[in-house]
Amino acid sequence: MIVAQRKSIPELIDILKGHKKVLMLGCGTCVTVCLAGGEREVAINASALRIASRLRHLDIAVEELTIERQCDNIFIEKAADAINRNEVVLSLGCGAGVQALAERYDKPVYAGLDTAFIGILEERATWTEKCIACGQCMLHEYGGICPVTRCAKHMLNGPCGGSREDRCEVREDRPCAWQLIYQRLKNIGELDRLKSIKAPKNWNNSIHGGSRVIIREDHKI
Amino acid sequence: MRKENDEPLLIAFCCQYCSYSAADLAGSMRLQYPPNVRIVRTPCTGRLEVEFFMKAFEKGADGILVAGCLEGGCHFTEGNLLAKGRVGYTRTFLSEAGLEAERIRMINISAAQARPFVDYVHEMLAVLKNLGPSPLKRINSSKSAEIRI
Repeated sequence: MIVAQRKSIPELIDILKGHKKVLMLGCGTCVTVCLAGGEREVAINASALRIASRLRHLDIAVEELTIERQCDNIFIEKAADAINRNEVVLSLGCGAGVQALAERYDKPVYAGLDTAFIGILEERATWTEKCIACGQCMLHEYGGICPVTRCAKHMLNGPCGGSREDRCEVREDRPCAWQLIYQRLKNIGELDRLKSIKAPKNWNNSIHGGSRVIIREDHKI
Repeated sequence: MRKENDEPLLIAFCCQYCSYSAADLAGSMRLQYPPNVRIVRTPCTGRLEVEFFMKAFEKGADGILVAGCLEGGCHFTEGNLLAKGRVGYTRTFLSEAGLEAERIRMINISAAQARPFVDYVHEMLAVLKNLGPSPLKRINSSKSAEIRI
Protein backbone atom coordinates (compact mmCIF):
# COMPACT_ATOMS: atom_id res chain seq x y z
CA MET A 1 0.00 0.00 0.00
CA ILE A 2 0.92 3.65 -0.25
CA VAL A 3 2.04 4.94 3.13
CA ALA A 4 1.61 8.58 4.08
CA GLN A 5 1.83 10.66 7.20
CA ARG A 6 -0.01 13.68 8.42
CA LYS A 7 1.02 17.30 8.12
CA SER A 8 0.85 19.34 11.31
CA ILE A 9 -2.10 21.64 11.98
CA PRO A 10 0.03 24.83 11.66
CA GLU A 11 1.16 23.55 8.23
CA LEU A 12 -2.46 22.99 7.19
CA ILE A 13 -3.42 26.46 8.41
CA ASP A 14 -0.61 27.90 6.33
CA ILE A 15 -1.66 25.92 3.23
CA LEU A 16 -5.28 27.08 3.60
CA LYS A 17 -4.38 30.74 4.06
CA GLY A 18 -7.08 33.01 2.63
CA HIS A 19 -9.75 30.32 2.20
CA LYS A 20 -12.95 30.18 4.22
CA LYS A 21 -14.79 27.08 3.00
CA VAL A 22 -12.76 23.91 2.99
CA LEU A 23 -13.67 20.34 2.11
CA MET A 24 -11.42 17.91 3.94
CA LEU A 25 -11.60 14.82 1.77
CA GLY A 26 -10.41 11.47 3.07
CA CYS A 27 -9.62 8.33 1.10
CA GLY A 28 -10.85 4.89 2.13
CA THR A 29 -8.01 2.88 0.66
CA CYS A 30 -4.26 2.91 1.44
CA VAL A 31 -4.18 5.98 3.68
CA THR A 32 -7.00 4.57 5.77
CA VAL A 33 -4.98 1.43 6.43
CA CYS A 34 -1.87 3.42 7.36
CA LEU A 35 -3.96 5.59 9.69
CA ALA A 36 -3.19 8.84 7.91
CA GLY A 37 -6.18 9.89 5.81
CA GLY A 38 -9.26 7.75 6.45
CA GLU A 39 -12.63 8.75 7.86
CA ARG A 40 -11.29 8.81 11.41
CA GLU A 41 -8.30 10.95 10.54
CA VAL A 42 -10.55 13.34 8.64
CA ALA A 43 -12.69 13.73 11.78
CA ILE A 44 -9.65 14.36 13.97
CA ASN A 45 -7.88 16.75 11.61
CA ALA A 46 -11.06 18.65 10.75
CA SER A 47 -11.85 19.09 14.41
CA ALA A 48 -8.32 20.28 15.19
CA LEU A 49 -8.42 22.62 12.18
CA ARG A 50 -11.72 24.14 13.31
CA ILE A 51 -10.34 24.67 16.81
CA ALA A 52 -7.15 26.21 15.43
CA SER A 53 -9.12 28.41 13.07
CA ARG A 54 -11.34 29.72 15.86
CA LEU A 55 -8.41 30.40 18.15
CA ARG A 56 -6.65 32.30 15.36
CA HIS A 57 -9.84 34.15 14.28
CA LEU A 58 -9.58 32.74 10.77
CA ASP A 59 -13.20 31.68 10.46
CA ILE A 60 -12.54 28.61 8.30
CA ALA A 61 -15.54 26.28 7.84
CA VAL A 62 -14.43 22.68 7.36
CA GLU A 63 -16.70 20.08 5.81
CA GLU A 64 -15.77 16.42 6.19
CA LEU A 65 -16.15 13.66 3.64
CA THR A 66 -14.38 10.40 2.88
CA ILE A 67 -14.73 8.54 -0.39
CA GLU A 68 -13.75 4.98 -1.18
CA ARG A 69 -10.82 5.89 -3.41
CA GLN A 70 -9.48 9.26 -4.52
CA CYS A 71 -7.49 7.95 -7.46
CA ASP A 72 -10.53 6.63 -9.31
CA ASN A 73 -13.03 8.77 -11.19
CA ILE A 74 -16.02 6.61 -10.29
CA PHE A 75 -15.47 7.35 -6.62
CA ILE A 76 -14.41 10.98 -7.13
CA GLU A 77 -17.79 11.65 -8.74
CA LYS A 78 -19.45 10.86 -5.42
CA ALA A 79 -17.70 13.87 -3.91
CA ALA A 80 -18.79 16.24 -6.70
CA ASP A 81 -21.49 18.07 -4.74
CA ALA A 82 -19.28 18.58 -1.71
CA ILE A 83 -16.38 19.76 -3.88
CA ASN A 84 -18.62 22.21 -5.75
CA ARG A 85 -20.04 23.82 -2.61
CA ASN A 86 -16.59 24.48 -1.11
CA GLU A 87 -13.85 26.90 -2.13
CA VAL A 88 -10.99 24.49 -1.79
CA VAL A 89 -10.31 20.78 -1.28
CA LEU A 90 -7.82 19.63 1.32
CA SER A 91 -7.14 16.04 0.32
CA LEU A 92 -6.07 13.49 2.89
CA GLY A 93 -5.29 11.09 0.05
CA CYS A 94 -1.89 10.23 -1.38
CA GLY A 95 -0.22 12.33 -4.05
CA ALA A 96 -2.07 10.39 -6.77
CA GLY A 97 -5.41 11.19 -5.15
CA VAL A 98 -4.63 14.89 -4.88
CA GLN A 99 -3.68 15.05 -8.56
CA ALA A 100 -6.66 13.00 -9.70
CA LEU A 101 -8.93 15.52 -7.97
CA ALA A 102 -7.01 18.53 -9.27
CA GLU A 103 -7.28 17.29 -12.85
CA ARG A 104 -11.06 17.10 -12.59
CA TYR A 105 -12.03 20.32 -10.79
CA ASP A 106 -11.22 23.96 -11.48
CA LYS A 107 -10.53 24.85 -7.91
CA PRO A 108 -7.56 24.53 -5.60
CA VAL A 109 -6.82 21.01 -4.35
CA TYR A 110 -4.19 20.86 -1.63
CA ALA A 111 -2.31 17.93 -0.13
CA GLY A 112 -3.05 17.44 3.54
CA LEU A 113 -0.63 14.53 3.86
CA ASP A 114 2.98 13.84 3.05
CA THR A 115 3.02 10.73 0.86
CA ALA A 116 5.99 8.68 1.99
CA PHE A 117 6.44 5.32 0.25
CA ILE A 118 5.06 1.96 -0.91
CA GLY A 119 5.30 -0.29 2.08
CA ILE A 120 3.69 -2.63 4.56
CA LEU A 121 2.71 -2.69 8.20
CA GLU A 122 5.75 -4.49 9.56
CA GLU A 123 4.59 -4.61 13.14
CA ARG A 124 2.02 -2.74 15.13
CA ALA A 125 2.40 1.02 14.53
CA THR A 126 5.44 0.54 12.26
CA TRP A 127 5.30 0.85 8.49
CA THR A 128 8.35 0.10 6.39
CA GLU A 129 9.23 0.78 2.77
CA LYS A 130 9.36 -2.31 0.55
CA CYS A 131 9.22 -1.04 -3.02
CA ILE A 132 10.39 2.06 -4.87
CA ALA A 133 8.49 1.10 -8.05
CA CYS A 134 11.71 0.96 -10.09
CA GLY A 135 9.86 -0.50 -13.07
CA GLN A 136 11.92 -3.66 -13.47
CA CYS A 137 11.30 -6.09 -10.64
CA MET A 138 14.21 -8.38 -9.73
CA LEU A 139 12.78 -9.84 -6.54
CA HIS A 140 13.04 -13.39 -7.91
CA GLU A 141 16.82 -13.05 -7.87
CA TYR A 142 16.99 -12.04 -4.23
CA GLY A 143 14.63 -14.38 -2.41
CA GLY A 144 11.86 -11.82 -2.33
CA ILE A 145 13.90 -9.14 -0.56
CA CYS A 146 14.46 -6.00 -2.61
CA PRO A 147 18.01 -4.62 -2.50
CA VAL A 148 16.98 -1.64 -4.65
CA THR A 149 14.63 -0.48 -1.89
CA ARG A 150 16.03 -1.91 1.28
CA CYS A 151 19.79 -1.61 0.74
CA ALA A 152 20.80 1.98 1.50
CA LYS A 153 23.29 1.77 -1.41
CA HIS A 154 20.80 0.04 -3.76
CA MET A 155 23.45 -2.61 -4.50
CA LEU A 156 22.47 -5.34 -6.94
CA ASN A 157 25.70 -7.21 -6.19
CA GLY A 158 26.15 -6.96 -2.46
CA PRO A 159 26.90 -6.90 0.34
CA CYS A 160 28.94 -3.73 0.60
CA GLY A 161 30.95 -5.07 3.55
CA GLY A 162 30.10 -2.18 5.82
CA SER A 163 27.35 -3.80 7.87
CA ARG A 164 27.89 -4.32 11.58
CA GLU A 165 26.42 -7.53 12.91
CA ASP A 166 23.20 -7.55 10.88
CA ARG A 167 22.71 -3.78 10.88
CA CYS A 168 23.05 -1.41 7.94
CA GLU A 169 26.01 0.95 8.29
CA VAL A 170 24.00 3.84 6.87
CA ARG A 171 21.01 3.34 9.15
CA GLU A 172 21.76 1.39 12.29
CA ASP A 173 18.08 1.06 13.13
CA ARG A 174 17.49 -0.98 9.97
CA PRO A 175 18.73 -4.48 9.11
CA CYS A 176 21.27 -4.98 6.32
CA ALA A 177 19.21 -6.01 3.29
CA TRP A 178 22.03 -8.18 2.01
CA GLN A 179 22.24 -10.07 5.29
CA LEU A 180 18.51 -10.74 4.91
CA ILE A 181 18.92 -11.77 1.27
CA TYR A 182 21.72 -14.19 2.13
CA GLN A 183 19.78 -15.79 4.99
CA ARG A 184 16.63 -16.04 2.92
CA LEU A 185 18.33 -17.61 -0.12
CA LYS A 186 20.14 -20.03 2.20
CA ASN A 187 16.84 -21.02 3.86
CA ILE A 188 15.14 -21.72 0.54
CA GLY A 189 18.18 -23.45 -0.97
CA GLU A 190 18.83 -20.87 -3.68
CA LEU A 191 22.22 -19.53 -2.64
CA ASP A 192 23.49 -20.32 -6.16
CA ARG A 193 21.67 -17.24 -7.38
CA LEU A 194 24.34 -15.08 -5.74
CA LYS A 195 27.10 -16.65 -7.88
CA SER A 196 26.13 -14.74 -10.99
CA ILE A 197 26.94 -11.05 -11.32
CA LYS A 198 23.84 -8.99 -12.04
CA ALA A 199 24.11 -6.53 -14.90
CA PRO A 200 23.34 -2.85 -14.29
CA LYS A 201 19.64 -2.11 -14.17
CA ASN A 202 17.77 -0.17 -16.82
CA TRP A 203 16.79 2.89 -14.81
CA ASN A 204 14.83 4.31 -17.76
CA ASN A 205 11.92 2.26 -16.45
CA SER A 206 12.13 4.16 -13.22
CA ILE A 207 11.25 7.79 -12.46
CA HIS A 208 14.55 8.93 -14.02
CA GLY A 209 12.99 8.56 -17.46
CA GLY A 210 10.17 10.99 -16.63
CA SER A 211 6.73 10.18 -15.28
CA ARG A 212 5.61 6.76 -16.44
CA VAL A 213 2.60 5.69 -18.46
CA ILE A 214 1.26 2.19 -19.04
CA ILE A 215 -1.05 1.66 -21.99
CA ARG A 216 -2.95 -1.58 -22.44
CA GLU A 217 -4.05 -1.73 -26.08
CA ASP A 218 -6.22 -4.79 -25.38
CA HIS A 219 -8.37 -2.74 -23.02
CA LYS A 220 -8.85 0.16 -25.40
CA ILE A 221 -12.18 0.55 -27.15
CA MET B 1 -19.02 34.06 44.51
CA ARG B 2 -18.36 32.29 41.22
CA LYS B 3 -21.31 31.75 38.98
CA GLU B 4 -22.10 28.16 38.08
CA ASN B 5 -21.12 28.73 34.45
CA ASP B 6 -17.70 29.99 35.52
CA GLU B 7 -16.86 26.55 36.86
CA PRO B 8 -14.84 24.45 34.43
CA LEU B 9 -16.74 21.75 32.62
CA LEU B 10 -14.89 18.48 33.00
CA ILE B 11 -15.93 15.42 31.00
CA ALA B 12 -14.86 12.21 32.71
CA PHE B 13 -14.90 9.18 30.44
CA CYS B 14 -15.08 6.30 32.90
CA CYS B 15 -14.60 2.63 32.13
CA GLN B 16 -17.54 0.63 33.45
CA TYR B 17 -15.28 -2.04 34.94
CA CYS B 18 -13.31 0.29 37.21
CA SER B 19 -13.65 4.05 37.51
CA TYR B 20 -17.38 4.15 36.85
CA SER B 21 -17.81 1.79 39.78
CA ALA B 22 -15.32 3.87 41.75
CA ALA B 23 -17.40 6.98 41.06
CA ASP B 24 -20.48 5.07 42.15
CA LEU B 25 -18.71 3.92 45.29
CA ALA B 26 -17.69 7.53 45.98
CA GLY B 27 -21.40 8.37 46.01
CA SER B 28 -22.19 5.49 48.38
CA MET B 29 -19.36 6.63 50.65
CA ARG B 30 -20.75 10.18 50.62
CA LEU B 31 -17.48 11.53 49.22
CA GLN B 32 -18.06 14.97 47.76
CA TYR B 33 -16.90 16.14 44.38
CA PRO B 34 -18.13 19.14 42.39
CA PRO B 35 -21.21 18.79 40.20
CA ASN B 36 -19.50 20.26 37.14
CA VAL B 37 -18.03 16.87 36.25
CA ARG B 38 -19.92 15.01 33.54
CA ILE B 39 -19.34 11.28 33.84
CA VAL B 40 -19.68 9.32 30.61
CA ARG B 41 -19.73 5.56 31.08
CA THR B 42 -17.77 3.65 28.47
CA PRO B 43 -17.55 -0.12 27.99
CA CYS B 44 -13.75 0.23 28.06
CA THR B 45 -11.43 3.21 27.61
CA GLY B 46 -10.21 1.40 24.49
CA ARG B 47 -13.56 2.34 22.94
CA LEU B 48 -12.61 6.02 23.12
CA GLU B 49 -11.27 7.56 19.95
CA VAL B 50 -9.25 10.72 19.46
CA GLU B 51 -12.15 12.31 17.58
CA PHE B 52 -14.42 11.91 20.64
CA PHE B 53 -12.00 14.03 22.65
CA MET B 54 -11.55 16.59 19.90
CA LYS B 55 -15.32 16.92 19.45
CA ALA B 56 -15.79 17.41 23.20
CA PHE B 57 -13.27 20.26 23.19
CA GLU B 58 -14.79 21.73 20.04
CA LYS B 59 -18.20 21.77 21.70
CA GLY B 60 -17.01 23.60 24.77
CA ALA B 61 -15.53 21.17 27.28
CA ASP B 62 -12.79 22.73 29.43
CA GLY B 63 -11.10 19.46 30.19
CA ILE B 64 -11.29 15.69 29.81
CA LEU B 65 -10.41 13.00 32.29
CA VAL B 66 -10.04 9.50 30.86
CA ALA B 67 -10.30 7.00 33.68
CA GLY B 68 -9.34 3.43 32.87
CA CYS B 69 -8.34 0.31 34.73
CA LEU B 70 -4.94 -0.17 36.30
CA GLU B 71 -2.33 -1.14 33.71
CA GLY B 72 -2.42 -4.88 33.33
CA GLY B 73 -5.97 -5.00 34.69
CA CYS B 74 -8.02 -4.17 31.60
CA HIS B 75 -11.04 -6.43 31.12
CA PHE B 76 -10.20 -6.46 27.41
CA THR B 77 -6.46 -6.92 27.99
CA GLU B 78 -5.13 -3.73 26.45
CA GLY B 79 -7.96 -1.20 26.06
CA ASN B 80 -6.50 1.13 28.68
CA LEU B 81 -3.11 1.00 26.96
CA LEU B 82 -4.74 1.98 23.66
CA ALA B 83 -6.49 4.85 25.44
CA LYS B 84 -3.18 6.01 26.90
CA GLY B 85 -1.73 6.33 23.39
CA ARG B 86 -4.81 8.12 22.12
CA VAL B 87 -4.77 10.62 24.97
CA GLY B 88 -1.13 11.34 24.10
CA TYR B 89 -2.03 11.76 20.43
CA THR B 90 -4.89 14.11 21.36
CA ARG B 91 -2.45 16.21 23.33
CA THR B 92 -0.34 16.62 20.18
CA PHE B 93 -3.36 17.88 18.23
CA LEU B 94 -4.44 20.20 21.05
CA SER B 95 -0.99 21.77 21.24
CA GLU B 96 -0.83 22.22 17.48
CA ALA B 97 -4.30 23.73 17.41
CA GLY B 98 -3.47 26.13 20.23
CA LEU B 99 -5.13 24.59 23.30
CA GLU B 100 -3.20 23.51 26.38
CA ALA B 101 -2.28 19.82 26.36
CA GLU B 102 -2.95 19.63 30.12
CA ARG B 103 -6.67 19.88 29.41
CA ILE B 104 -6.76 16.12 28.87
CA ARG B 105 -5.39 13.52 31.23
CA MET B 106 -5.50 9.75 31.62
CA ILE B 107 -5.72 8.13 35.04
CA ASN B 108 -5.73 4.46 36.07
CA ILE B 109 -7.75 3.32 39.04
CA SER B 110 -9.56 0.22 40.24
CA ALA B 111 -13.24 -0.14 41.12
CA ALA B 112 -12.40 0.03 44.84
CA GLN B 113 -10.53 3.32 44.62
CA ALA B 114 -13.32 5.79 45.29
CA ARG B 115 -11.10 8.18 47.26
CA PRO B 116 -8.37 8.36 44.60
CA PHE B 117 -11.06 8.97 41.97
CA VAL B 118 -12.40 11.94 43.90
CA ASP B 119 -8.87 13.21 44.48
CA TYR B 120 -8.08 12.99 40.75
CA VAL B 121 -11.25 14.91 39.92
CA HIS B 122 -10.33 17.67 42.37
CA GLU B 123 -6.78 17.72 41.00
CA MET B 124 -7.97 18.01 37.42
CA LEU B 125 -10.47 20.74 38.27
CA ALA B 126 -7.69 22.67 40.00
CA VAL B 127 -5.57 22.39 36.84
CA LEU B 128 -8.49 23.61 34.72
CA LYS B 129 -9.22 26.54 37.05
CA ASN B 130 -5.59 27.48 36.82
CA LEU B 131 -5.68 27.33 33.01
CA GLY B 132 -8.94 29.28 32.88
CA PRO B 133 -11.94 28.51 30.70
CA SER B 134 -11.38 27.02 27.27
CA PRO B 135 -10.57 29.93 24.93
CA LEU B 136 -13.04 28.45 22.47
CA LYS B 137 -15.84 29.53 24.81
CA ARG B 138 -14.58 33.10 24.92
CA ILE B 139 -14.21 33.36 21.16
CA ASN B 140 -17.65 32.28 20.17
CA SER B 141 -19.78 31.49 23.15
CA SER B 142 -23.01 31.16 21.19
CA LYS B 143 -21.58 28.43 18.98
CA SER B 144 -19.04 26.73 21.20
CA ALA B 145 -20.88 26.36 24.50
CA GLU B 146 -23.11 23.60 23.26
CA ILE B 147 -22.54 21.58 26.38
CA ARG B 148 -23.92 23.56 29.31
CA ILE B 149 -23.47 23.00 32.99
